Amino acid sequence: MSAHSEDLIGKFGAAAEKMPAFPKSVQKVLELSRNIDCQAKDIVSVIEKDPVMAAKILKVLNCPYYSLPSKITSIDRSIVYLGFNTVKNLALGIAAIGVLPRHNRADFDIDQYLRHSLFVAGIAKLLCGRISPKTDSTECFIAGLLHDFGKVVFAQFMPEEFKLALDRAKNENIPLHLAEREILGADHCLMGSMLAEKWQFPVPLVEAIRHHHEDADQGSDVLACVMAANRISKTADFGFSGSPCVEELPALAANRCGNLEDITAEDLARIKEEAEMFSRIGSS
Amino acid sequence: MKIKFWGVRGSIPVPGPKTVKYGGNTTCIEIRTDSGELVILDGGTGIFQLAQSLLGEMPVTANVFLSHSHWDHIHGLPFFVPLFVPGNRLRLHGAYDLVSGRGVEQVMDVQLQYSFFPIREAELKASIEYFTLTPGVPVEIGDATTVTPILLNHPVVNFGYRIDCNGKSVFFTGDHEPPYNIYSPEEAGYEEYRQILQEREAGILDAIRGVDVIIADSSYSDEEYAKKKGWGHGTFDTSIRLARDAGAKILYFTHHEPTRSDGDLERIFAEVLKKHPPEGLEYRLAREGDGMDF
Repeated sequence: MSAHSEDLIGKFGAAAEKMPAFPKSVQKVLELSRNIDCQAKDIVSVIEKDPVMAAKILKVLNCPYYSLPSKITSIDRSIVYLGFNTVKNLALGIAAIGVLPRHNRADFDIDQYLRHSLFVAGIAKLLCGRISPKTDSTECFIAGLLHDFGKVVFAQFMPEEFKLALDRAKNENIPLHLAEREILGADHCLMGSMLAEKWQFPVPLVEAIRHHHEDADQGSDVLACVMAANRISKTADFGFSGSPCVEELPALAANRCGNLEDITAEDLARIKEEAEMFSRIGSS
Repeated sequence: MKIKFWGVRGSIPVPGPKTVKYGGNTTCIEIRTDSGELVILDGGTGIFQLAQSLLGEMPVTANVFLSHSHWDHIHGLPFFVPLFVPGNRLRLHGAYDLVSGRGVEQVMDVQLQYSFFPIREAELKASIEYFTLTPGVPVEIGDATTVTPILLNHPVVNFGYRIDCNGKSVFFTGDHEPPYNIYSPEEAGYEEYRQILQEREAGILDAIRGVDVIIADSSYSDEEYAKKKGWGHGTFDTSIRLARDAGAKILYFTHHEPTRSDGDLERIFAEVLKKHPPEGLEYRLAREGDGMDF
């Protein structure tokens, strides 16, 4: 991938700082926080299913002042290290920024995006438990949740160009990231990973976001799980990432994750149900 | 090294006949290094009396380390008299506040506002320097002393401090509640959370292992804790466990609950002694004016 100009990087970075969270999680965080005795696990379950909230909280917690022995890679870990009250108040701060509008000028379907991200997150976590017991599986969940984060930033802050990319991918039946590179100058992998890097996310998380569309044969287990999960999600009809193509499974994922048939229809049904549950919370 | 307690109370100052023995001032501990440097742990109301004791030795350099920014640990700071006298130096150390996004300077800034205090920061005569710390990274005081912040658990970021001087050491927790599992055993996240907790606990113990003296937040009895879980404070039992696991020789219980009378405190202490015989670990109730030299 060619080097990108400082202008492009500055533009991408500024955009993501302004990202508001998803409406349902904002509503839920506000509702839970009204009760002073709210349960930590309830807030965790909201934060870790909203890519914007999760990303912003990880950003704050991995700031240079807290060079913790292990980087904060999951919301549970953030509570163990920095305390529930701090995490809750960070979530409230993010909730106060506003909500992501349901419609954007790129016509990128945010609900379908969220379903896709949650689905990939759930599958990546399951795969992680099976192939890499030493890896924190919630790290794979977060990596899956955030792998396409760059697309939401594009939709919100560069909607015209992103719409052109979505349309081209659809009309020419090419992978969305290739259309993005042509039209926006870089793809969502770079967008997302640049932020992840700037925000000092742990290296495996940055790499999983950056390389998930590359035909790599080397990389971390986290990357392998996200690649494989992304591929599985596209053959199961659930959510939509904006890319019409099902690509070949990269060698890394094929070697590391083995036979994907091991993921049963029951597994997928359960993960879908969890993702759906989140889509429903707060909508009553 | 010398240790002296100037405030041992939690939450709010409680002067009066019921607290006359152990004292009603909020947290402030004076440490003198072997070469005489002044380290002050927390700036609760106890710091006012400490300041009075310093008037004869000015100009002073006060190395103040704040465990966290809750009022009871900072609200004596504006009354730290050396601040108003030219030639003195205040070196204020503390944590970065993740939620407000500000460093330790916030503590003075918030308190020294026109509506709340008559003197603005710009009007203070002493020189003030701020040091926002990173957990695990030691600060050197003089030639022979280091102060190492250790991230503990409270509703706001709280540092415990380990002070090492010529092979002697003391650890002060600030306010600390050992983190607990937020899932119940039958829930999916339980096991993973348990592992993170274990790793976290091991990290704390590694940082304080072999310390001579521990001064620990022991706000509650076990019965009281049941109703105050999540408030960010330890119990007599959690302090004993911490001190034993760290291999300490002396344990001071501090941050006494503000409604606790001297009599109540001694009653609870007697129960603790019965329930957990000291066996090589000496227990002491922190008391204003008391201290030790070692």
